[in-house]
Amino acid sequence: MCEHCGCTVTGGNAHLLEAGAPEGRRTVEVLEGLLAANDRAAAHNRAHLARHGVAAVNLMSAPGSGKTALLEATVEALAGEFRIAVIEGDLATENDAERIRARGVPAVQIATGTACHLDAHLVHRALHRLDLGAVDLLLIENVGNLVCPAAFDLGQHRSVALVSVPEGDDKPAKYPVLFRAADLVLVSKCDLLGVLDGFDPAAVERHVRALASAAPVWRVSARTGEGLGRWCDWLRALVAGVRAGAAASVT
Amino acid sequence: MHELALCRALLAQAERIAAAHGAHAVRRVELRVGPLSGAVPELLREAFAVARAGTCAQEAELVVHEGAIEVECEACGARGPAAAPNRLHCPACGGWRTRLVAGDELLIERVELALAPRACEEGAEHV
Repeated sequence: MCEHCGCTVTGGNAHLLEAGAPEGRRTVEVLEGLLAANDRAAAHNRAHLARHGVAAVNLMSAPGSGKTALLEATVEALAGEFRIAVIEGDLATENDAERIRARGVPAVQIATGTACHLDAHLVHRALHRLDLGAVDLLLIENVGNLVCPAAFDLGQHRSVALVSVPEGDDKPAKYPVLFRAADLVLVSKCDLLGVLDGFDPAAVERHVRALASAAPVWRVSARTGEGLGRWCDWLRALVAGVRAGAAASVT
Repeated sequence: MHELALCRALLAQAERIAAAHGAHAVRRVELRVGPLSGAVPELLREAFAVARAGTCAQEAELVVHEGAIEVECEACGARGPAAAPNRLHCPACGGWRTRLVAGDELLIERVELALAPRACEEGAEHV
């Protein structure tokens, strides 16, 4: 695919594609993704991460489902093991980045203004504000939104979707595009299951399977620590895998 | 509502194509948008009407071809339409382990250009 103009047409083959158009008009077959520019930037991010052997995770969920609390607990649990960095996406404020920095971990806040999602270009700029040579695990907290973030590849290795107990167990059925993109689904705030008895964790899993997704569905609570061990093991395996891949590409 | 961002990306691509072909305007853009693409055709049309202003596609028509969802079963191998965007089970055996064959596309299929001596300016402000 031509990277310059976004088409595959050359002087040699153009005549094959131009048929039936009225005089003075030319129809050009493009067949390129609408997000081609974002996808190229995501590939570029991936190359940055690979060069430094950094494992990257994109966390997506509705606002207020506990992404930042999960990150705080994750930093607490793994900061002695890995060098962690965080990219925070929000429309405004540095609040989330400050919460992470308070735990002694570098955090870059992307304030998107009015944009409802992170894209690969925004993340690329944030990557350049981090010392990737001093990072093993990069956690990217996307803008709280269950619609738009799903469409934009950031260059991450894995995507995680959170659905918190107060939101209801049918979120994967209501937002199939985002949950279909998740490699792991976390039922967050699971300490509230005893209070909000209308939430059935098995229903979350059923809705995720209906999206033809084999992603594990695990309960976590940043407050009680339930499920954090398994989540941290998942991150450990990812970091080890990315390191092994980076080592393999060097040799 | 990321359709405006999508339209800006679309217009940037359309302008590059127009410039590469020495066209002065884009008359028509045809997209293929699947139900699992995350983009809503109606919102794309509304966003396009706003985003195209001041570009060489400012009078262009946007045509959105809405695709269907098709899955292939990993268990029995059957291939066919899915019941809904949130029900991607095999249409034959009902199993959930299916592979999406079609339905998540977000493609510029073709653009129709108006040819004139003056080329479409590249690098407009909105890009």
